[in-house]
Amino acid sequence: MRIRPRGDTKIVEGDLTPMIDMTFQLIAFFMLVINFSEVEQDQRVQLPASELAQPPDSPYEYPFTIHLTRTDNYIFGGSQLTELSQLRSALLKETQIIKRHTAKELADVTIVIRADENAKTGQVQEVIQTCQELEFGKFALRGKVSDVPTLKQP
Amino acid sequence: MKIRNTERRETIVLQMTPMIDIVFQLLVFFVFTFKIVLPEGDFNIRMPSATASPSSEAPETPLLKVKLQANDEGELVRVQLGDLFLDGDAPFHQLHAQIRELVSDDAGPGSTDQEVEIEADYGLKYRYAMTAITAITGYLDSDGNKHKLVERVRFAPLAED
Repeated sequence: MRIRPRGDTKIVEGDLTPMIDMTFQLIAFFMLVINFSEVEQDQRVQLPASELAQPPDSPYEYPFTIHLTRTDNYIFGGSQLTELSQLRSALLKETQIIKRHTAKELADVTIVIRADENAKTGQVQEVIQTCQELEFGKFALRGKVSDVPTLKQP
Repeated sequence: MKIRNTERRETIVLQMTPMIDIVFQLLVFFVFTFKIVLPEGDFNIRMPSATASPSSEAPETPLLKVKLQANDEGELVRVQLGDLFLDGDAPFHQLHAQIRELVSDDAGPGSTDQEVEIEADYGLKYRYAMTAITAITGYLDSDGNKHKLVERVRFAPLAED
């Protein structure tokens, strides 16, 4: 078959302006909402809600975050621990690092406790007690910021 | 001045392709690094170990004890403030009212050195403890301003089994 060369081929150009407009708007949106701060959140923990829980005015100088899941496990330093003794030895390691390599005191360290709303209160107390034994003294119990009052809920 | 009408006009075509490439790459980067962060807040509690703090003088104000009892499933059964049992549909609301009555906040925020100790059953779900802390530490007024009631809250030491 012979293909005949056509005489008048026109370059068809789509109008890209609306697409570029949209894309720039999307970029602007994502640039504004992006948060580079490392927030220690874990999907395995669903925090209890409280209307009085407020984000700290300034970030903690030396925070240690301990997560407590609803399945009675602890998460510390990215690893899941099943026993309190494991958490204790992990914390002990951290205390030795602080004592040897930093000028900070253990009392300056804030232990942030992110416990699941269905975790056992006794376990939270055990964690606090363990930290106290290791000479930590500042604790922050983390909760989800709630817009509705929680006191009247049964 | 006379403007000459030039016969041959060159059409300048802007090369959009590299710009669109970069823009899409930027967009993909931002989409992938985007994560939804729910707002979280803290209750700061200072609980140094009993041995570490030798200042165990008798406090001027008596310690208020809040007892939270749980059933086997960890659900709240009863709230007790001192010797007072708080039954009803919203025990934490009652607890809050009692605390507010005891600690009058007329003198301004943080004016009290009252300390509250929470004694909860081991299996109690943590959300009840958090609600109790909310009831004790303060309240939000109708304008959304935060008022502090009792700032010194601590957990009772665990009973030895």
